[in-house]
Amino acid sequence: MTDTTEAFRLVVVSAGVSDPSSTRMLADRLTSRVVAAAKERGRETTVTVVDLRELLPELPTALSSQLLGPRFQRAVDALSEADGVIAAAPVYKAGASGLFTSFFQVLDNDLLIGRPVALAATAGTARHALVVDEEMRSLFAYLRALPVPTSLFASTEDWADDALNGRLDRAAHELVLLMESGFARAVRNESWKRYQHTFGSDAGRELGIDTDTDLMRLAAGGSLVDSEDPFDPRTA
Amino acid sequence: MQFGIMSVSDITRDPVSGYTPSEAERIDAIVKIAKHAEEVGLDVFAIGEHHNPPFFSSSPTTLLAHIAAITERLILTTSTTLITTNDPVRLAEEYAMLQHLSKGRMDLMLGRGNTAPVYPWFGQDIRQGLHLALENYNLLHRLWREDVVDWEGKFRTSLQGFTSTPRPLDDVPPFVWHGSIRTPEIAEQAAYYGNGYFANNIFWPKEHYRRLIDYYRKRFEHYGHGTGKQAIVGLGGQAFIAKSSQEAHAQFRPYFDEAPVYGNGPAMEDFEEMTPLSVGSPQEVIDKTLTFREAFGDYQRQLFLMDHAGLPLKTVLEQLDLLGEHVVPVLRKELEAKRDPEAPANPPSHADLVKAKYGDDEPRQPRPNANRGDNVTGGSPYQDSEAEVSAYPTL
Repeated sequence: MTDTTEAFRLVVVSAGVSDPSSTRMLADRLTSRVVAAAKERGRETTVTVVDLRELLPELPTALSSQLLGPRFQRAVDALSEADGVIAAAPVYKAGASGLFTSFFQVLDNDLLIGRPVALAATAGTARHALVVDEEMRSLFAYLRALPVPTSLFASTEDWADDALNGRLDRAAHELVLLMESGFARAVRNESWKRYQHTFGSDAGRELGIDTDTDLMRLAAGGSLVDSEDPFDPRTA
Repeated sequence: MQFGIMSVSDITRDPVSGYTPSEAERIDAIVKIAKHAEEVGLDVFAIGEHHNPPFFSSSPTTLLAHIAAITERLILTTSTTLITTNDPVRLAEEYAMLQHLSKGRMDLMLGRGNTAPVYPWFGQDIRQGLHLALENYNLLHRLWREDVVDWEGKFRTSLQGFTSTPRPLDDVPPFVWHGSIRTPEIAEQAAYYGNGYFANNIFWPKEHYRRLIDYYRKRFEHYGHGTGKQAIVGLGGQAFIAKSSQEAHAQFRPYFDEAPVYGNGPAMEDFEEMTPLSVGSPQEVIDKTLTFREAFGDYQRQLFLMDHAGLPLKTVLEQLDLLGEHVVPVLRKELEAKRDPEAPANPPSHADLVKAKYGDDEPRQPRPNANRGDNVTGGSPYQDSEAEVSAYPTL
């Protein structure tokens, strides 16, 4: 299924808002390690960076009306083609930044199914260390994405600690292995239907209409009386 | 091609004057708006259905019957009638009554309603919304076509020998539209029955429902009602018109910025860019509306949202003047010139449906038999039906 010669498409989503931003810096360090690790295994990588700060002007419309402006649309297009994703957020007030969470909340539910994601966060204090695993990981679980085992977290003191580099290498290796496995593509090709979808729930690609369902039979003059239905008021 | 207006029935504070109309004032206003729609040459008036403040339209057939009595040719319809929380038996009765009183100058559009708390007020559950919509329409469809209905479903009490009265005018059911912008099952149901399909065309990027309209056309053909081009499609839209683009933007901006649905969100210019909203001169509104046909194919009904977001009655009436005088006549001409001859010019009227059913014959006029207390023991309660086992000999 997986084309073993094609370049990996890596999309880096960074929610850092200062310039330079330590969140972007962490994402970049991870990105260069992913590119290098992929190269060692004989694969090129094309990198697309989505700097969420640039999407800020379009965010109110996206949040209130589900209407995506041109920059949002470009980000969605890039993610829908991604073999792997790096998602990096600054931690504010014990949570991933509002910009970061808002961006992923606006995306279609099906957009990242099965996609490997490396999660990274930065903070001013080590007391925020569990935000990646306790909060960001659950967001990606909801999206049915596949976060790599190693989460990256850098507070002020970590930038001077070699251990961070070790974790970056480990996460990069994990991400490359998962991209290489073709897991996301195999899910799409072989078991896509087993996930819950709604019409248009995959950035305009989830458009198959299955007429072989109880609801479709009901739409065409049928009856639910003899069907097994979870909402059946008589058996619920 | 029919043109008209659709109202949500919101009672919204006017953000410019700070004035909130009373329910009484707004109800009086909507009657004037509907009457004026006819005066400026529009074809259709549609009212929504809501059961919570700040809306007034809980009883659309009462309002529409009144409007029917004070107008001559305006077609009265809904945008939408809740097919989920209403009992289909009541819908069959109320809309058949409206059909009689309006002499067939009506149809209706079915929708689900997306306000979760409303459902339990009517003993329903929004999680079953789609199931309810589909099953309820299946029953409504039969109630208007069969004198006596035996029925069993999941959601309402079974019916044994039920007759919905009055029977539809000339025994021809009202034309029905199914409104949806994201649910393939609704498009499927519209296609299965050969009914109309309506996309509100207000919020979403049009690609979302363009695919559903295409699907509806394909399935309409599949079910043998005609070609995809012959399917009956209606679209919403919203416009604010002034002499110049600048004037339109300046006048409408405070209302847009505080509109209940999209206010305090997108900038008006972005919303114009991304949705069917047009704010501008008559020519700009004409140009934007003409793009709808390019996206969705020839369609039969265009409804504009014009009386929302706290716009005062005077402004709404002026908007109707502009729409009727400067926009619709041009759209009529241009769309008629572009129309594929295979596509119907209009949705079916009552006269069309009578003709389709009876040809040149006289329509059926059901006359009941003398009351026998119920319909369970015999065939049709009407005199012209074949007597099945109408009576056993008595001693």
